Amino acid sequence: MAWYVTKRLFYAVLILLGVTFITYFLMYLIPADPARQIAGRSATVEVVANIRHQLGLDLPFYQQYLRYLGNLLQGDLGRSYVQRSQVSDLMAARIGPTLQLMAAGIGVELVIGITLGIVAAIKRNSALDRMLMAFSFIGVSSPHFIAAMLALYFFAVKLGWFPLGGYGGIEHLLLPAITLGVLGSGWYSRMVRSSMIDVLHQDFIRTARAKGLTRVRVLLRHVLPNAIIPVIPMIGIDIGIFMSGLVVVESVFGWPGIGQLAWQAIQQVDIPIIVGVTTLSAVAIVVGNLIADIAVLFVDPRIDVKHS
Amino acid sequence: MTLLMALLKRKSVALSLLFILIVVVAAVFAPWLAPYDPTEQFFDGLTIEGAPLPPNSDFYFGTDLLGRDLLSRIIYGARTSLIIGVVSNGIAVIIGTLVGVTAGFVRGWTGSLLMRFTDLMMSFPALLLAIALAAILRPSLWIVALVIAMVNWVQIARVIYSETISIAAKDFVAVERTIGASSLRILFSHLLPHLLPTILVWATLGISTTVLLEATLSFLGVGVQPPMPSWGNIIFESQTYFTSALWLVLFPGVAIIALSLSFNLVGDALRDELDPTLKGRL
Repeated sequence: MAWYVTKRLFYAVLILLGVTFITYFLMYLIPADPARQIAGRSATVEVVANIRHQLGLDLPFYQQYLRYLGNLLQGDLGRSYVQRSQVSDLMAARIGPTLQLMAAGIGVELVIGITLGIVAAIKRNSALDRMLMAFSFIGVSSPHFIAAMLALYFFAVKLGWFPLGGYGGIEHLLLPAITLGVLGSGWYSRMVRSSMIDVLHQDFIRTARAKGLTRVRVLLRHVLPNAIIPVIPMIGIDIGIFMSGLVVVESVFGWPGIGQLAWQAIQQVDIPIIVGVTTLSAVAIVVGNLIADIAVLFVDPRIDVKHS
Repeated sequence: MTLLMALLKRKSVALSLLFILIVVVAAVFAPWLAPYDPTEQFFDGLTIEGAPLPPNSDFYFGTDLLGRDLLSRIIYGARTSLIIGVVSNGIAVIIGTLVGVTAGFVRGWTGSLLMRFTDLMMSFPALLLAIALAAILRPSLWIVALVIAMVNWVQIARVIYSETISIAAKDFVAVERTIGASSLRILFSHLLPHLLPTILVWATLGISTTVLLEATLSFLGVGVQPPMPSWGNIIFESQTYFTSALWLVLFPGVAIIALSLSFNLVGDALRDELDPTLKGRL
């Protein structure tokens, strides 16, 4: 197990290195010359050349990459073109609200997804099952921006149940979190349903019923704990899908997080911020997957780490 | 044919196919079907205060912020969605299949290198990577299609890879080898035919993801650029007004959801039909 965890850690570091290479390549692709951007329009050729040298832009590709990597390790993601400050500072100021919304959104996803999955599996092939699965299908087929705008229109503008976006207490958090949660829950409910059905067909469930346990007890003690295991790695994978949703939901609801920062950067073609947010999300995904892969080992001792 | 009949037996799939057909017809015959030119700004298309008109007898779906006919824009927007959906997903399926089959069939160094690269691409959120690429490349219709293909092939490669490995491990492939069949012969007359159902399923399901990604990119302003109408950029252009002019979000929004849902349902049903062991479970 220790060997597996070490291997997995090493692999995560390798992937992170690859991630930085791709984000560096993205920065390298930018047509605009960052030295000119910083120097301003009236700068002389010497000044621009000086800045180029300071930024290391006159170095060969691989040396520039190593420099970028070194900066990255110190938390330096470069400077924003438009806002004239460090990308890392801009992101640090907004990470709090994003984490809040993420926790709430994934919480809603899990509660709705797991509940619907269980109900659909118990009542499988009934009208209720078909209705719930149709609901989850519509959820995963809907773009976040439309769902967010419609939710804002009906629940905030028309019904006045929630404030019209913005940041603040629980009443501000609820609507964006529910929007994210409802749309994302479809993946979980479909997965929980099929894994429940898998477990329900296994021999030990029949044994448990045969020895006289009640239906409810079998469900709670034997089926659920087994059926819920695949949810753990799913959360790791889900972080990526969730991050994409955050950009859109935060911008529609005016939630002052990283996603809104990215949205503003998109409108101003402020590429260092866009690449910075992309880097941060990729790191979050790699770390999230790593944690999920290791956590599932502790939850499910049957997993054979020697052959995986 | 039997496959089509089996699919049509499901009501949801029949409805989905009908909707896809309507969108295809709208896209192909847009110039004849659209009541107006989608880019024409009508003098009587705005209220005296300059606000867009709600649906009425002249403009069935209402008008947008510039006094253009929304119905005509949606009909022309079907072209954008379908072109990107089919072209971009086509490219993604080709790249994904090439990578997956090569990695699964050749194995060794090439194989693991390809799959490590696929894993690497998987650790980026698709939307953010697409945004970064689109922002750098300055979007046009074809660039958007390409950008979406560049982030969407990854999933397909993964699926095709594991499928290739499981088919290549089957006995009949080993038998073929022992009677002296070449690798190329095994590839073309055994592997690819067995992969075809999976490819077909992903060619359908992928269009749904592609349509969603195009709409989102256009909504964020880095997708298809106005004045060319796309369902996403119609909403992008009118987002500041949506609380007073809901029809500008509702009509294109419903179109996007319906198209994406349709391809999802058809793809899911195809998977069920082509893989009977899964029936009713996924």
